[in-house]
This record gives sequence, C-alpha cells and structure tokens, in this order.
Amino acid sequence: MNRKTVTGASLALLGGAALLIAGPALAQATAAVTPPAPVPNKGDTSWMLVSTALVLMMSVPGLALFYGGLVRTKNMLSVLTQVFMIVAIVSLLWVTYGYSMAFTSGGTGALAPFVGSFDKLFLKGVTSDSVAATFSNGVVIPEYVYVAFQMTFACITPALIIGAFAERVKFSALMVFMVLWVTVVYFPIAHMVWYWPGPDALKAAPTDVGKAFSWGVLDFAGGTVVHINAGIAGLVGCLIIGKRTGHGKEAMPPHSLVMTMIGASLLWVGWFGFNAGSNLESNGVTGVAFLNTFVATSAAAVSWVLVEHLAKGKPSLLGGVTGAVAGLVAVTPASGYAGPMGSIVLGLLVSPVCYFFCTFVKDKFKYDDALDVFGVHCIGGIVGAILTGVLAAPALGGQGILDYTVIPAVLPKAPYDYVGQVITQCKGVLLTLAWSGIGSAILFFLVDKTMGLRPTVDAEREGLDITEHGERAYNY
Amino acid sequence: MKLIIAVIKPFKLDEVREALTTVGVQGMTVSEVKGFGRQKGQTEIYRGAEYTTNMVPKLKLEIVVDDAVAAQVIETIQQTAHTGSIGDGKIFTLEVTGAVRIRTGETNETAL
Repeated sequence: MNRKTVTGASLALLGGAALLIAGPALAQATAAVTPPAPVPNKGDTSWMLVSTALVLMMSVPGLALFYGGLVRTKNMLSVLTQVFMIVAIVSLLWVTYGYSMAFTSGGTGALAPFVGSFDKLFLKGVTSDSVAATFSNGVVIPEYVYVAFQMTFACITPALIIGAFAERVKFSALMVFMVLWVTVVYFPIAHMVWYWPGPDALKAAPTDVGKAFSWGVLDFAGGTVVHINAGIAGLVGCLIIGKRTGHGKEAMPPHSLVMTMIGASLLWVGWFGFNAGSNLESNGVTGVAFLNTFVATSAAAVSWVLVEHLAKGKPSLLGGVTGAVAGLVAVTPASGYAGPMGSIVLGLLVSPVCYFFCTFVKDKFKYDDALDVFGVHCIGGIVGAILTGVLAAPALGGQGILDYTVIPAVLPKAPYDYVGQVITQCKGVLLTLAWSGIGSAILFFLVDKTMGLRPTVDAEREGLDITEHGERAYNY
Repeated sequence: MKLIIAVIKPFKLDEVREALTTVGVQGMTVSEVKGFGRQKGQTEIYRGAEYTTNMVPKLKLEIVVDDAVAAQVIETIQQTAHTGSIGDGKIFTLEVTGAVRIRTGETNETAL
C-alpha cells in the first residue's frame, strides 16, 4: 500500500525513469551495467484500474445504501447526499493537494514522518510516463493509476464517519468539516502509515518513510488509516453532536433492510478491489488477499448470527450483514499478510467483539452511534490491526514480513516475533486513535462554534430530506 | 340495512371473500389497519435496539347488507376467519339509515 515515484529530486542523479533499479544497483557498486528501468505491466495496470472502480462502488452506491437503509424514511436522502457529495468533494481535494500531502516525501524536516510535501500540488510532475512502486522489486504501475486508486480510499473514509451521527447533522457544516478532516487527519495518517519510497529505493533512503511505517506497523489495506480512523472520528462526532431527538424514547427502526443488504453486498464485492487491489499488482499475494477477504467475511457473518441467535433467540439479516462488514473491516489490515485459515479465525473472533460493543457497551454508556460506526469500524479495525501482528506469521499460514533492506526483498531468517509485532501494531492503533480522536474533536468543535453542526429540533423532527435538501426519497 | 365491520387476520381475506360471495354478498370495502386487543405485538431487534410493536396489522372489512341476510353474513365471517388463536378479530354490526348508488341514483336496498 505504498509507493515510490520516479519524479523529484533524486531523479537528477540518474535522469529518466532509470532510478528505481539503478539507484540500488549503483549503491552496490557491483553491477556492471545499469538494469533497464521497470515499466508497468499491462496486467497489473488493468487490475489496478478495475480495483479502483470497485472501491468507488463501495462508497457509491454500496456504503450509501448500507447506511441509507438503516435510517428512517425521512432521512434517507440526507444520508445518500452526504456520502455522494463527500466522495465528489474529496476526490477534488485529492488531486489538488491530498495526494501530495499523503504520498510524497516530507523531506528531512521534523514534520516529515507525519505529512508529505506540496511538491505534487495539482499533480505537478505526474505524467502518463511516471510510475509508482509496488511491493515487489522491479515492479511498477503508472502513477496516474496509483493516484486514482488511493483517491478512492480518501473518498470512502470520511463517508464512513457520517453513520455515527446520521439523522441529525447539517449538510453544509458537515461538508466543511469533511474538507478540514481529510486535510488535517486523513492525509497525514495515510502518510504516516503508508508512505515509503518503495522496495527498490528503501535501502538508499531508509528514513524516508511515514512514522507508523518506520515502527514496522502492518496495515495492508487500511485497518488503521481507514477504519480505526473513521470509527474514532465517528464516536467523537456523535458525542459532540449529541443524541438524536427522541433517542431512547421513540422507535427508530431501519426503513429498508433490503437496501442495507444490497449495500452490504456491494461493499463485499467492492472490497476485493480495496484489499486485493492494495497489493498494487496482480500476483499470488493478490490472490491470497482476495481469498482472505472472502472467507473472513463469511466467517464473521456466521459468528455474528450465531452470537445473536444465542443472545436474542433469532438470527437476523441485519446481524448477518453487520457481521460481514465487521469481517471485511477486520481482514483489511491482514488481507495481504494472513493466510486463509488465519482469516477465518479472525472473522470468527471479530463479530462477538463488535456485537458486544454495538449492544452492551453502547447501551451502558448511552452514546447514540446511530449506525455503529464506532462499534463496527473502530472496534473491528482494532481487532484486525492487532491480530494482523499474529496472523502474519508464516507458522500460522501467513505471508511473513519481507525484509526490504535487501534487494530483492526476502523473508528474514530470524523467527517471527509475535510479541514484538503485536506491540508494534498496538502503537499504530494508538497513534491513529490519538491523532484522529483529538484532531476530530478540535475540528468538530470549531465547526460547531462557527456554523453549528445540528439542525433545529423542528427540522430534525420533520426530517432532513425535506428541511436540508427539499426533496423526499419516496413519493407514493 | 346493516353495516357489518369485521376486523380479521390479513391472511384470511381470500377465504372470507370467497365464502361471502357464495352467500350473495356483492361488494365490500377492505382497509389495512393496525390495532391492539388481547393479542400481543412482536418484538423487533435491530442490532442492539429492541422495539416492541404493540400494534398488530389487521384487515378491516366493511359490508352493507339487507337486514334479512345480515345474520348469515356475520356467521359466515365468523366461521371462515376463525383459527382458534388469540387475534382472530371481531365483528360489529350497525344500523344503516341510507344508501345511494352514485352512478344511477338508486337508493337503499336497491343500491347495495
């Protein structure tokens, strides 16, 4: 989930696109001839374009319908509009400055481990010839494809947040919040967890990596960057905005679990692009990430329904699809590191934990996380992030952690350090919780004090579709 | 003339309608309604949230008939809508003082 581009200052040394291989080769001083610069493979490029479109499908319509079905009829369009417009706005921010903040080197300053530079503002220097690194030595993809793929991640993450305070937020204030949030929270966290110069250049520039990456945090497709990040922001948001009017007194059942099921299923399909696409090329690891994504989801759907059956007496559709989403969330950081059997264990374990948070903990502390963004995404993300540190072990069928300080990268000979890796994973989780939790709290506070986050009680009772958007979801 | 109002279980509609046709009833009005009686509502659970619905969906039939057949119609409804469990519904009878067929202007029994 990281990349290296060939444009920029280091290019001056060698010129052209020769540096990915040439840099390390010169450093070794043994290469008689400079190997040719790697060029993108058509299969890899095609797969990444398909993956990019799949991840967009997760947001619209997948997530929008998943969330939309869960709210009351009068707020259906507000949820759909929020998701749709967040995707549109964030994609513009991404190509304007987000990509540059997340995926360029921060140089050598004190902020470098936390955020990139503005070197690629407006995609400056990105051309149809520039390339981005993958996880394999000598394999690259077109940088435009990489920009587009990562863009879809930036689009879905803020959209996930809105479920926590659905049915009670002002659209205009929310859009302003989201612009600030991706700038202050998402782009830096993506840089901290995912930025590195790529497998061919890491040896020459071992410190040119994001903060969490430098600790060795494993996050294949965004357990921390996307799910813990959005989940904790959602919790902070629902606490600051407050409960829905009538919460706990009036029934607020989902208006269409049919749409929720359609949305969850689109998420499942789209998630193959999210997880398997995060390998950035099309090979065996992509295959295992694909399979892990499939079976962890199935296992989590099964375990949620079983727990629910035991606790409440009936297996529900909403339980099944919620479990599936929890499984998808949990396998996200592990998808390219674990093996299929490990992923099944992960899926079986995550649902009971999320169930506990969505029922018992939420009741106990009486916060109105309307669509369980915290209970499913943050908690599921934490379970996945921590267990990734265990399931990556080759002894458990995992892929192991490649040593990129040698070229080509190899699996280290030393035995897998379970305790050390789990501690590292926890550090990544805490960093994300702290950065996103504090950053989101400040931003919610600022927007609330200036614009006001909540509509009036009357508007909320009338429904946000009419009062915020002037239309109804269903006219019949 | 009598107005017979019957509140019945929704799945019994076809059976009741068929039986009423055989005893000569030529029309009725059916509405979907909700209400409560001795039958308890259902508990719905959405993840953590539990809602007890104390209103049960029923169908309300309204039939106006000649005094002469009222007793037979009531008996037919009672027998066909019957399952023996709580929630089978109720039948009410009211006097009707007038009826008009809008198309022809016919009144009372001839309008039924």
